[in-house]
Amino acid sequence: MSLSLYVEVLIQGVLSGLVYGLMALGLSVIFGVVRVVNFAHGEFAVLAMYCAFVLFGLAGVDPIIASLPLAVAFFVLGYAMQRGMVQPFVTRPQHEQFILLVGVALVVTNGLLLVFGPESKHVDLPYSFDSYTLGGVLIDKVRVYGAAAALVATAALFAFFRLTPTGTAIRAAADNLTGAAVVGLDVKRLYAITFGLGLACVGAAGAIMMALTDMTPMLAPSLTLLAFTIVIVGGLGSMTGALAGGLLIGVAEAVASLVVSPAIKSMVSFALLVLVLALRPQGLFGKAES
Amino acid sequence: MKAALSFLTPRSTVALMACGVALLVAPFVVDRYTLSIILLSLLGAYLGQAWNILMGYCGLLSLGHALYLGIGAYASAVLFVNYGIGPWASVFVAAALGVAAAAVIGWLGFRFRIEGVYFSLLTIAFAEIARIGFDNWSFVGGAAGFFLPVNAALADQWWNLRGGPFFFYYLALAMAVAALAITAVLRASKLGYAFLAIREDPQAACALGVDINRTRFLALFISAAMTAVGGVYIAFWTNNLFPAQVLDTSKSIDMILAPIVGGLGTLMGPFIGAFLLVPLGSALTDGLRALGLNAPGIKALVYGLMLMAIIGATPNGLWPWLARKLGLEAREP
Amino acid sequence: MSALLEIVDVVKRFRGLTAIDSVSLSVEDGEIFAIIGPNGAGKTTLFNLIAGVFAPDEGEIKYAGARIDGREPEKICAAGIARTFQIVKPFPDLTVRDNVAIGAMLRAPDMAQARGEADEILRKLDLFDKRAQKAGALTLPDRKRLEVARALATKPRIILLDEVMAGLRPTETDRMVGVLRDINRHDRLTIVMIEHVMRAVMALADRVHVLHHGASIAEGAPQQVTKDPHVIESYLGMKAAH
Repeated sequence: MSLSLYVEVLIQGVLSGLVYGLMALGLSVIFGVVRVVNFAHGEFAVLAMYCAFVLFGLAGVDPIIASLPLAVAFFVLGYAMQRGMVQPFVTRPQHEQFILLVGVALVVTNGLLLVFGPESKHVDLPYSFDSYTLGGVLIDKVRVYGAAAALVATAALFAFFRLTPTGTAIRAAADNLTGAAVVGLDVKRLYAITFGLGLACVGAAGAIMMALTDMTPMLAPSLTLLAFTIVIVGGLGSMTGALAGGLLIGVAEAVASLVVSPAIKSMVSFALLVLVLALRPQGLFGKAES
Repeated sequence: MKAALSFLTPRSTVALMACGVALLVAPFVVDRYTLSIILLSLLGAYLGQAWNILMGYCGLLSLGHALYLGIGAYASAVLFVNYGIGPWASVFVAAALGVAAAAVIGWLGFRFRIEGVYFSLLTIAFAEIARIGFDNWSFVGGAAGFFLPVNAALADQWWNLRGGPFFFYYLALAMAVAALAITAVLRASKLGYAFLAIREDPQAACALGVDINRTRFLALFISAAMTAVGGVYIAFWTNNLFPAQVLDTSKSIDMILAPIVGGLGTLMGPFIGAFLLVPLGSALTDGLRALGLNAPGIKALVYGLMLMAIIGATPNGLWPWLARKLGLEAREP
Repeated sequence: MSALLEIVDVVKRFRGLTAIDSVSLSVEDGEIFAIIGPNGAGKTTLFNLIAGVFAPDEGEIKYAGARIDGREPEKICAAGIARTFQIVKPFPDLTVRDNVAIGAMLRAPDMAQARGEADEILRKLDLFDKRAQKAGALTLPDRKRLEVARALATKPRIILLDEVMAGLRPTETDRMVGVLRDINRHDRLTIVMIEHVMRAVMALADRVHVLHHGASIAEGAPQQVTKDPHVIESYLGMKAAH
């Protein structure tokens, strides 16, 4: 196989990886702060994909553009969900949280199945088959736009956490919950905002993914697992880790797809997950437990 | 044995006997369709009890238990079809392979005594690896499936698990009763109490001399072995195996609904849960079909809502409440 | 004759903070040994080191002549060192009796025997009437007694008691003191106790060891140690000592 093919695949991997990274970032933020394990993460991504699909069907809105309003909508959804349903579970045993979210996942997946049916859906954009040429290498325009949108969203999130007072407050609450409460931070509100932000990432990522791939409701569990793999490989609770993990997985899957076969590309992610858990469970950027 | 049964009060003994008799005579009393519902409920109770040992008693949340089901099913099926080895022999191989897989997962998951979420994710990952692997492995038929021969000449060979509905019904009943017995014995034993201690507070258990790792591995092995044996049943009863059905996450979730709804860490929970959810699900799908509506996923949707409702309102499941209402609570030993 | 428990030049650091700074002490078989010191002095860290929760960075911990530093908590308990936790850790969903039975099952052949032994200990600690209650529903003083009962059920040679008197009323403190003195005399149980309640320390301890900022600053009989100016200074500040 020619070098340019490898380079193409590598670039594709990086571009996909940025979108995966955005999705995983949502998970990392939620777990890092609220310490809730969102087993319904992939389900919300698929929900976002369907929303983008519907928006495209009704109003011809490009899914990548739709990522912005969907991010806002999912923020509201996340905020409401945390406030209304998840908050009581923050102090309850961890397994009860998981089970709640497994229930949510079931409801979302099967709700989508009921409404849209099991057939795979995709979106045809005017530039779906166009590509840029860079030194003999072909790069799909869709992927570039998608990755760019993901980058913008990611940068916005980082900026929020570093630069705004609320973002700093959230990081404080993540670091030291009692301390945060003692200095008067409204932890419940911060948790809700964080959950909202987490789902906003998922919403944006899902919308972008609609432009890139086909989807069915059954895709959801593998997306959840993908998000978790990225977060664990990168380091639970580390935003940089989620991004790095996304890129790593994106590239690994793309290369595996080329070198072995597309069917087993998710096995590569799992293999990485198992490897990380076996050798360095805190991931690339996570802190080791003392 | 006496210790295992010490939880029974006179009232609950009568209730248990009554249920037992009802289940024994059911094939002669109810129609084929109802019998199949009861059979599925018994199977659900069996698998639920196996999972309950790991989660309800030992506190380890496995969301990829279909792995053991699939391993047991495929191992026994392949050994039968390709090598002529009967299921009563291959069941041991199935259980052993299930335990081997569990050993790997346990070794990875327990090493650093890390948070429960890592263990749960490992279980999902392994089940998915198996599913994709089997999907692409021609030796076991791949995604197209693996089939056991069914023909009149082979009928009623009980040693090859070939038989009619009565045969499979009583087999399921026997398995369910065995699961109940195993759980009852475990519960009264030192190992069972070790499970509980780890579930409640691993650090405190440690400080009392409980060997955390060994105990967790045992819980995992028992649960995996039982589930793998369930897989053997599935293989010989359905006669066709597809990775997308028997190794899928949805199957893993299916297996855990009954014990959660019925009551984690209780003896009767999985039974109550299974005998509630299976008929309910069937009634739902059949009712809709009768109305001419095709609603894919409605059953799972309802299950999901029930799961949310139960874990929100009565996280200990329905059985504790039901037992109180009916005066069937366990007696303290 | 070597002591039952020996801690030799033990150091423990946590990412830059030296929690235990070259502490040495030894506990004789059958004695009641108290460890006191202001909050943050490292007392519970010392217990965690003895109990095997983590290993020291330097130094040795010896029990009955053999090194135990770095061994796992369950092995250390099986060897005969039991401990309680400063923030009590009952098994909340299990009954009081089952809580203690789990302690007893370490050495009992089966659960029936374990429950029998548990009942005996519950009687000794005045918890027998509450044996069928869920541990999570107990009041704090009862939980503290449960914590002690459970540890005692493992039939240890040494028990590490971490502030078991905290939050008890004076009458309850006296009762606990009585029970501990009893067990120490009749069952020859060696007790190492971290305590702030001086009433209990004075009543029970044969010897007292004082820690401050992770280092030993005094050791001796209770009367003598409590008058030591360095000890007073560590608790109350410079002025109070002079």
